[in-house]
Amino acid sequence: MKRSYSDKIFDIVNIGIMIVLLIVFVWPLWFVFIASISEPNAVLRGEVLLFPKQINFKGYERILSYQMILKGYANSVFYTVVGTILNMVMSILLAYPLSYRSFGPRKFFNWFFIATMYFSGGLIPMYLLVRGLGILDTRWAILIPGMVSVYNALIIKNFFMNSIPQELQEAATLDGANAAQYLWRVVLPLSKPVFAVVGLYYMVGNWNNYTKALYYIYNEDLYPLQSVLRQLLISSKLVHDLVMTAEEMAEAIEQAQLMQYGVIVVAALPMLCVYPFVQKYFVKGAMLGALKG
Amino acid sequence: MVRTNTKKVSLLERIKIDIRKHWILYVMLMPVVIYFIIFEYYPVYGLTLAFKKYNAKLGIGGSPWVGFKHFARLFKLHSFPTMIRNTLEMSLYSLVVGFPIPIVFALMLNYVENKKLKKTVQMVSYAPHFLSTVVVCSMITMFCSKDGGVFNVFRNLIGMESVSFLSVPEWFKDIYTWSGVWQGMGWSAIIYISALAGVDPTLHEAAIVDGATKIQRMWHVDLPSIKSTIVMLLIMRMGSIMSVGFEKVYLLQNSLNYQESLIISTYVYEVGLLNGDYSYSTAVGLFNNIINLSLLIATNVFSKKVLDESLF
Repeated sequence: MKRSYSDKIFDIVNIGIMIVLLIVFVWPLWFVFIASISEPNAVLRGEVLLFPKQINFKGYERILSYQMILKGYANSVFYTVVGTILNMVMSILLAYPLSYRSFGPRKFFNWFFIATMYFSGGLIPMYLLVRGLGILDTRWAILIPGMVSVYNALIIKNFFMNSIPQELQEAATLDGANAAQYLWRVVLPLSKPVFAVVGLYYMVGNWNNYTKALYYIYNEDLYPLQSVLRQLLISSKLVHDLVMTAEEMAEAIEQAQLMQYGVIVVAALPMLCVYPFVQKYFVKGAMLGALKG
Repeated sequence: MVRTNTKKVSLLERIKIDIRKHWILYVMLMPVVIYFIIFEYYPVYGLTLAFKKYNAKLGIGGSPWVGFKHFARLFKLHSFPTMIRNTLEMSLYSLVVGFPIPIVFALMLNYVENKKLKKTVQMVSYAPHFLSTVVVCSMITMFCSKDGGVFNVFRNLIGMESVSFLSVPEWFKDIYTWSGVWQGMGWSAIIYISALAGVDPTLHEAAIVDGATKIQRMWHVDLPSIKSTIVMLLIMRMGSIMSVGFEKVYLLQNSLNYQESLIISTYVYEVGLLNGDYSYSTAVGLFNNIINLSLLIATNVFSKKVLDESLF
């Protein structure tokens, strides 16, 4: 009797906290969205909290006519698509030999890669390397540094080792398949869930990265969307860029305010749209990423 | 090793045989190994710059040695204590707040019986993880703004004055930490949620028969079952205690909160890429790395002895 009473209180409190959390997670995103389609003055006065006011799409129209944003968007799509393909190919090339049980130097290479997780050259040696290779201020400077994440590659390796029955390899070998054929015909088709998760990790990382551009890119034409966004919103370049005369100041600030929220929606949307589809694999992915090497 | 001796096959011979047998695997691994040598191992050699005076013409190898000069300069720097304090405070604050919250969240979520609510909360809690640092910092900047910022709208509603939060140094660490919790807690909880899913249900059944309440089951059944996961993640976390995220701090930093937001990594960027003081900046970065690595090793030794869990 006493136990069920205490459990009941627990359940009520628990559900209450979960609902509060739900609001805490969702409301800021909802707010950015409704602010992006509301009249900027109403947002400034704090009248937009739960629902949009005086709905209009002037902010989005402004964004669509802003060259830098469009260019940044195209660049980001390029960096994300090409970058993620390179990431995945390299990670599989790393993971597969290390998952092959009879491969002699498996242990050695395992440590060769894992060791790099614990130290790094840091900013300047990396910068000098990028400069020395002549890829500074080119698209390669975004695509090449940080091309393989050992952590992600190990997730793939662990999947190959633990989730693909070893008998398949024996059978394939008996049928005369070599290591490459076995990878192509058996391992890759069976590994879709792990590729979905790791691919998503890489994709999100590529889309959201701004530091590589900050370090290695000076040419604004090569800027990814995140860099454009940083310039617009945080360095508040927006106002200075758009203002022609002092009279337009007030209107420009208002425009900036309106565009701000819209730009955030535009930048965040692609990843927020993708993740729910891969969501079901996350918990699995966390298990696969067993931390021990 | 012993086996090689008895079989009288040299290491070289074994490698030859293995290459003949697995040449496809060697070919596959080759590009990755070359990539790692160039982009991971070579920059480590570049760390020697920390003890040199960089000369662009002579390159890293040819630049003259200067010993510990750059380190001496760092230790004498008058903002050095501030930098260390801020770095430590920020990471300890994030650790103390940010580490347990996902665990508690996972434990509580585990007891939500309504499947729909459970799924919704879980899915929604991941969402902030997919926002970029730039987006999150833009949101923080706007929400904290004095004119029409949401936090100030709420403050005004309860009759308080507006504050430009990011211009007040004292607010910086709270903003940094709690926005981090908001962004990361759902994602960090995943690993605990999956660990909790693996808890032996018979343990719970036995506890229920014994009359345990949900809170008691949480404490005596769930928590011990995920102990090793917790320890493992804690060790990982300790290893990066000095590497407070450059990305976020750099974006939120401004001249007004600089006193509270100056950290080692933003300083490395400032002196390195903005001032072009390559050797000195490398030294500062190296100093940071060494502390990180020592902390990681120390925590690992500690947990091996005390908790019987270790990373390596």
